[in-house]
Amino acid sequence: MLETTWFVLAALPLIAYAVLDGFDLGVGILHLRVAKTDDERRQVLRSIGPVWDGNEVWIVVGGATLFLAFPRLFGVAFSGFYLPLMMVLWLLVFRALGIEMRHLMPHRLFDRLWDTSFAVASALLAFGLGAALGNVVRGVSLDEEGIFFAPLWSDVFWPAPGAEGQTGVLDVFTVLCGLTTVAVLALHGALWLASRLEGVVAGRAANDAKRLYVAALVLTVALTGATAWVQPNLTHNLGARPVGIVFPALGAVSLAVLGHAIRTQRWARAFRASAAWIAFLIGSAAYAIFPYVLLARIPERSLHLSDAANLTHALTVALYWWIPGVLLGASYFVYAYRQLPARVPLHEDAGDDGDGADTSEE
Amino acid sequence: MDALTAHRFQFAFTITYHYLFPQLTMGLALLIAVLKYMGLRGNVRANEAARFWIKVFALAFVMGVVTGIPLEFQFGTNWARFSEASGGVISQTLAMEGVFAFVLESAFLGLLVYGEKRLSARAHFAAAVAVCVGTWMSGWFIIVTNAFMQHPVGHEVLDDGTIALVSLSAYLTNPWAFVQYAHTMVGSVVTASFVMTGIGAYYTLLDEHREHAALFLKVGIVAGVLSSIAIALPTGDLQSKMVAEHQPITFAAMEGHFETEEGAGLVIVGQPNMETMTIDNPIVAPRMLSIMTHQRWASRIEGLNEYPRAEWPDNVPLLYYAYHVMVGLGTMFMALMVLAAFFLKRGTLRKKRLLLWALLIATPFPFIANTAGWMTSELGRQPWLIHGVMRTADGTSLQVSGGNTLFTLLGFMGLYALLSLVYILALVKIVQKGPATGSASESH
Ligand code: HDD
Ligand code: HEM
Ligand code: HEM
Repeated sequence: MLETTWFVLAALPLIAYAVLDGFDLGVGILHLRVAKTDDERRQVLRSIGPVWDGNEVWIVVGGATLFLAFPRLFGVAFSGFYLPLMMVLWLLVFRALGIEMRHLMPHRLFDRLWDTSFAVASALLAFGLGAALGNVVRGVSLDEEGIFFAPLWSDVFWPAPGAEGQTGVLDVFTVLCGLTTVAVLALHGALWLASRLEGVVAGRAANDAKRLYVAALVLTVALTGATAWVQPNLTHNLGARPVGIVFPALGAVSLAVLGHAIRTQRWARAFRASAAWIAFLIGSAAYAIFPYVLLARIPERSLHLSDAANLTHALTVALYWWIPGVLLGASYFVYAYRQLPARVPLHEDAGDDGDGADTSEE
Repeated sequence: MDALTAHRFQFAFTITYHYLFPQLTMGLALLIAVLKYMGLRGNVRANEAARFWIKVFALAFVMGVVTGIPLEFQFGTNWARFSEASGGVISQTLAMEGVFAFVLESAFLGLLVYGEKRLSARAHFAAAVAVCVGTWMSGWFIIVTNAFMQHPVGHEVLDDGTIALVSLSAYLTNPWAFVQYAHTMVGSVVTASFVMTGIGAYYTLLDEHREHAALFLKVGIVAGVLSSIAIALPTGDLQSKMVAEHQPITFAAMEGHFETEEGAGLVIVGQPNMETMTIDNPIVAPRMLSIMTHQRWASRIEGLNEYPRAEWPDNVPLLYYAYHVMVGLGTMFMALMVLAAFFLKRGTLRKKRLLLWALLIATPFPFIANTAGWMTSELGRQPWLIHGVMRTADGTSLQVSGGNTLFTLLGFMGLYALLSLVYILALVKIVQKGPATGSASESH
């Protein structure tokens, strides 16, 4: 029970990360398309400037909570996915440069470089995070000792259950997961821009949102089928723990609400629906692997929740500070988001910017 | 390169680089809160100065964040066996750091940097305080983690080697952590005050931004003189006594003390010679080591010769140099700041160009002292990963080979070289532009 509680708790910051950093990743994927002029690019960046770093903090909280709840998983999975994780870390650096350098070091020429860095790193990160989730759902090649080292790719391209050989990080299934994530987060970002910006950029983002919705829908349907194919544990869980059907079901409901909100141009509501959708997608993935924390290609080797979990005393005392701590942290976020302007204007004078006083230059 | 060396090198490189930024941000966060407070009391220049320093802070903060995340992950990626064994204990503070500290500072950073126009003066001051508290809390949690590795408490080692948490409160109130925290945080204030003073001296020498520069010098020197004294007495002194008591081998190695002696002398300079087990070209203050450690003229100090070589830290000369660099720089900081404070008080500092030059040139040295300090404590901890409990060699991730680690180490080196370049360009730009007069809230 304690371990299951921590399974749920550990998923929460990861969901918060996907929903929050998800939109600024999406904004990164789209900004070269939707913002053409220098002012428009600055407008886009000003809409995420005060929050992106806070959004990213949830991946640190998520990683540390996984460590706290499941030290064995933290050791096995993080060292097993060594190379892809390191690349994710490098991409985070390029993305941060892309976002911050434009206002810390404005420059007519290099601004282009930062814009591209922001866009490419955001797209690759979204793809990488999706592929990572795909690996977790598909399962990895744990050996007799219960450890693995995933190559970036291998000759197993079709990861059917029981397929012989070492799986790599990239195969047909995980690439599909990656592409779906790019589409889903781009849509999420488009909805942020459509609901939070003034002027033409919001309009362009709204147009993109309509097309991205269709793409995300098609990819999600394909992915659902593919998941049932690669991961028999999902179908097994549907039989053994039918309550879990609520995750995909609520996901489908959010998707319907989202479609309707986009059609009726209610962007704030669409943004909330897409946040719910992302949350339920991850919830469904967690449900597909439960009660394991790391699935193996050879099912008997899968790492069970109770083998990975921390000792009882550590898990019990941690409940007393973790839950209040996260609630407190969430309240800071609510406060900080409330201070944002309803819609970010095109020019900074009309609103707020980082260096209030030096308008002399602009 | 064998896997163990590669893992150690990568961790050492990435954390040393990371710590160049938090040591500035933690100290600056405090000084910014002070400036914002002065601003709240009606000092317009202080508010403008705060606006300038918030830019410097934001830049360093971004660097701290992007270089910090790899550290958190490396516990799992490179030190899997260590993480699995000690996860019951150290994961508590690593997760607390995320939940209590990083969330706080990152939520309020946006308000501090972007929010001056939208928030009231008081709320903006409160955001500065929140960010300061966040960074200082993050320092606490990470120091508790490190203190456990230096001096484990509150735990129990089970038969299978798992390190179980027995008492969270004992772990969080590790006596080692209090001393280490005090010394580290004071070290961070040293860095920030030297940076503030250095930039103040730069503008003063150029005769630019007169009023702001005077304020930078004033705040920087007051903080600098206090912290430069406190870094040695009481905090540095307590650190060395603690090491002498709990890690006598480390203590002997960092002091360059090879033979057990009664009334031991303090080696001030000299080069450890590992072949002859002596100090070459020594300058020794007779009996000082005994006096400083035990306050007794003739107390006995154990030398490295008392212990088998396998128990020694594996790089004695580097450890010795790191420690002596830290202490030597610390002594100079104190002298420089006391002198500067003297002329500041007399009101003649502006005219002492040589002293201003010295303050300008001193700016990077606290970074070196802090790095040397950490090298002292981390090299001194060897060959233990958790002192007396787990060896460094037993902590690595088995399946991550030396070749793969070297690949990522080179990647980090390249990436951080690029980061350094960008950081310096951006910092120079901020300094060239300088603090501006005017008030964001006036335009409301
Ligand atoms: C501005 C930086 C700075 C300066 C001037 C000093 N220190 Fe320091 N020192 C640090 C910054 C630092 C540090 C980076 O903050 C360390 C690393 C670990 C720690 O707790 O603090 C450290 C560690 C450290 C240790 C090692 C503790 C261990 O092995 O765990 C000792 C014994 C001292 N210090 C003692 C001193 C003394 C006697 C100084 C006399 C002037 C001194 N330090 C100046
Ligand atoms: C920011 C200041 C720090 C610096 C500059 C620093 C420096 C170093 C260095 C030089 C090493 C290599 C030692 C060797 O292999 O001989 C090392 C290793 C290590 N440090 Fe630190 N350290 C710092 C803080 C910390 C903290 C706060 C922790 C714990 C939370 C920590 C955990 C480790 C670990 C796990 C290793 C690898 C294992 C080992 O070599 O013992 N370090 N560090
Ligand atoms: C003495 C050693 C250390 C101190 C005092 C310290 C302190 C800080 C501070 C104050 C920040 C906030 C960003 C900034 O101000 O630059 C930060 C960032 C960070 N540090 Fe360190 N750190 C240390 C070593 C470590 C170690 C060993 C880890 C690994 C667990 C770590 C992980 C992080 C992470 C993940 C961030 C990013 C947080 C965010 O996203 O806001 N730090 N560190």
